[in-house]
Amino acid sequence: MATVTPSELLAVMGSRQLKDDTTVFAGVGVPLLAAALARQRQAPRLTMVIEGGIIGPQIKPGRLPISTNEMRAAHRAQMLPGITDTFLFAQRGFLDYGFMGGAQIDMYGNINTSVVGRDYWKPKVRLPGTGGANDIASLCREVIILTAHEKRRFVPRVDFVTSPGWLDGDGARRRAGLLFGGVSRVVTTLGILGFDPTTRRLRIEATHPGATVQQMRDNTGFELGEAATVAVTEPPTDDELTLLRALDPERRFLG
Amino acid sequence: MKDGDHVVAGGCLFTRTPLALVREVLRQRRTGLTLSRNLMCTEGELMMAAGAVQRVVTAWMSIGLPWGVSKVMRHYVESGQVALEEWSHLAFGLRFRAAGMGVPFLPALTMLGSDLMGVGGTKTIQDPYTGETLAAVPALFPDVALLHVHRADRFGNCQIDGYPHMDADMARAATTVIVTTEELITEDEVRRRPDRTVVPGFLVDALVLAPFGAYPHEVWGRYHADFEHFAEYTADIDARGVPAAVTDYLARYVHGPATFEEYLDLFGGERLKRAQDAARELTPGL
Repeated sequence: MATVTPSELLAVMGSRQLKDDTTVFAGVGVPLLAAALARQRQAPRLTMVIEGGIIGPQIKPGRLPISTNEMRAAHRAQMLPGITDTFLFAQRGFLDYGFMGGAQIDMYGNINTSVVGRDYWKPKVRLPGTGGANDIASLCREVIILTAHEKRRFVPRVDFVTSPGWLDGDGARRRAGLLFGGVSRVVTTLGILGFDPTTRRLRIEATHPGATVQQMRDNTGFELGEAATVAVTEPPTDDELTLLRALDPERRFLG
Repeated sequence: MKDGDHVVAGGCLFTRTPLALVREVLRQRRTGLTLSRNLMCTEGELMMAAGAVQRVVTAWMSIGLPWGVSKVMRHYVESGQVALEEWSHLAFGLRFRAAGMGVPFLPALTMLGSDLMGVGGTKTIQDPYTGETLAAVPALFPDVALLHVHRADRFGNCQIDGYPHMDADMARAATTVIVTTEELITEDEVRRRPDRTVVPGFLVDALVLAPFGAYPHEVWGRYHADFEHFAEYTADIDARGVPAAVTDYLARYVHGPATFEEYLDLFGGERLKRAQDAARELTPGL
């Protein structure tokens, strides 16, 4: 099997997190690819939900959507309830997973996709914004983030909390009024991070084959704890890679 | 529409954008506008470059992943020429829903604990029954809603296929509603499929027949978005920068053609036909 690209690794490792007979709120790009792969493997009854207002689409190989609300995103969908109502399914508690990428992420799993710089109204860099990310992070029962493992992305505190992880520690979500949910895992190109159950800070839970704990630390801008045992993930199988590559033959998102 | 109005555009990102109307707003050289749209695309960029808007209200702005972060947005927002007020996608929808329901706010569980609360000044309230904390998402009553729909009759009863997006709530929320339609249908045709009507005629102030009124954005089942056009537009911005490339684009596509038909001629019939064929292939059931 040819060399695995970082995006392929993320998609495969991400897809393995999803259980059958569940619902997933997926962003376009690698998260959607990962969810589509899971449907072809361990989770045939996984219902994908996309924020443009789509319940249960299928992905036509080679026709991956670029945005969450274009025709291609709704291929063979079961329902098009509109954007507001789609998010309200999550607010009501019907979405098991939120599956998203991240621009800047901190030790509590908070994500910034809004502004670089401390003054929101005078940003050094203006980023596109939350889209549905804040709602997915606030309202899904379990949030899984897929991201490249780079020091510039993993910062001690994000400049702006666009999407809430654990905010500033245990109990903070509940105090803010969020009823359920929270980030469970951050799947990176080097391994899998989870959260210490008492401090709610990121810690290393697994490394991907060929990566090391030290490498994960070196590429993180703050101190990373470690689970009692750090597992090593199984490398992507030929079957996973074949199915994944068939979904994106133009390599629009797989790199 | 007047200078300084708060305007909302229907559709979402590059789907069902009321571009024929946006083009006319730019031709009338309106200024001081606030433009609201849940996901903002090239219409927001053109409004910024034309000096039409002082503020945009949105959850996300850029064209789409392959074209990267909007350089036009970065130019105008980072230099302080245009303010970008960010709301979560659901909160944005609830603002129109609240206004459409005629209530001042809706309680919600989103945005809580995040810095987005402060951007738009969202307050929390205590549930009077349980004491739980909720976000009180304020209603948004725009002065004008610009919408583009599939079909309407001469009374303004509007039908939409495919994604409903937030148009129905926007039409209820706005003071003035201006609609363009791909197709004008008879009263009888509306009455045959009343289930497809999403905006009743009594909400609509003006209706304009404008086939391809969202082009080069897409309309469900009618025509695909013109990705090549987006690529040409962004390549020119990459090469010549903001505002030069966008100023020239406005001259060529907005102020140059005297009519909307002349504007469509810039793309040519073959290109429009291709877009129609692509849409038909993607929506076989329609």
